[in-house]
Amino acid sequence: MSFISRGFRGKRRDTASSSRLPPGQYLVNDFPVLSAGPTPRVPQAEWSFVIEGEIDKPRSWSWDEFRKLPTEQVTKDIHCVTKWSKFDTGWTGVSVDTLLEGVDTAAEYVVEFSYGGYTTNLPLEDVTGGKAWVAFEFDGQPLHPEHGGPARMLVPHLYFWKSAKWVRGLRLVNEDQPGFWEQNGYNNYGDPWREQRYWGD
Amino acid sequence: MAGTAVLGRLIWQFGTLAELVQETPKVASLILDVPGWTGHLAGQHVDVRLTADDGYQAERSYSIASPPEDSRLAITVERLDDGEVSPYLVGELRKGDKLELRGPIGGYFVWRGDDERPVLLVAGGSGVVPLMAMIRHRAANHLKTPTRLLYSSRSLDDVIYRAELERLASAGDGLSVAHTLTRMQTPGWSGYARRIDSAMLAEVAWPKAQMPIVYVCGPTPMVENVASLLVDMGYDPASVKTERFGATGG
Repeated sequence: MSFISRGFRGKRRDTASSSRLPPGQYLVNDFPVLSAGPTPRVPQAEWSFVIEGEIDKPRSWSWDEFRKLPTEQVTKDIHCVTKWSKFDTGWTGVSVDTLLEGVDTAAEYVVEFSYGGYTTNLPLEDVTGGKAWVAFEFDGQPLHPEHGGPARMLVPHLYFWKSAKWVRGLRLVNEDQPGFWEQNGYNNYGDPWREQRYWGD
Repeated sequence: MAGTAVLGRLIWQFGTLAELVQETPKVASLILDVPGWTGHLAGQHVDVRLTADDGYQAERSYSIASPPEDSRLAITVERLDDGEVSPYLVGELRKGDKLELRGPIGGYFVWRGDDERPVLLVAGGSGVVPLMAMIRHRAANHLKTPTRLLYSSRSLDDVIYRAELERLASAGDGLSVAHTLTRMQTPGWSGYARRIDSAMLAEVAWPKAQMPIVYVCGPTPMVENVASLLVDMGYDPASVKTERFGATGG
């Protein structure tokens, strides 16, 4: 890199923060909101979560049933493709491993789908093995609709658009099916550490 | 179609600052010569990357203000006092300086102008920038698409593109512009003087029966509020496209 922006100094972080920031990201302390349309309002009484697709018998939970599942509390750094990162965010949710327990599937991919029509796709192995949750609390409080409540996906090792807000279910599929942003210029996989923001990255 | 479009890797390229237009005390437009720019759609943005002499880099996204028809690429930037990149772009960058960028980015919050539906644009502050690209695209192609802009600013001095909007709205080709000033009104101000609310939208927005397409861009509370009000008015949520500009860090 030989180019220098004349007169630019920047605001450096300490080394500890820098090593936790993927390339091109900057740290925020608030929690910005990103969404492509109006925020869906889903009453808990009407909420359900399903696992469908390549599965012998689809699974479905009402809110009450879902809330009886074992929960986990996790603290994770999150990285949005719009370049902000937020450290040590605290979530309560149900591990996708719990939801998929005992499921026998040949599917290699999964589509997260949401109230309001949003979708995002990823390899099944990226939501299993303790890597993904259906989260319903942020910092110990019920998840606000702006941030995806009643429940959203949490897949913190990928850019945050892979963590669908207002999630309604997971569809297990044999072939990869690009989701909403993946069809609109954004990377199919979205690893922040490889800066996979856009098509071709 | 977006799903089938083929796009190569977005490479970092250089733009040269050809002109700097101070739009308001805090906002400037950077007019850039970008050799080899492959074109864009109204509503898209670019990533900008700055590099310090020790290799430290900072990246941010900025909406494109120029229409696809312009030979030069314009971004309009609001200087955030505690920001990292915007004080450099608005304050340090001079004519002739090079700026590293890549784009265009985003395939959803775009208006191609090939649609008969009336357009409602709702802007808060510098959220007007991608909407201005749409208005300029409309003007450059002499499109008559019925278009209304509702634009919320703190004060008259904070209105970006004021003269240009006035000129375009007076052309009588189906564009109308309504301003609301939320903090400070000039004596004799006859426009709206409050935050956007349902009564204001009822006056300005197209009747839902006309199936308008809506673009809302601004700070999050304003975008959330406007989008919710439009849904309450019976607008199809799928017809309301939203975009936020970063409230932090820029």
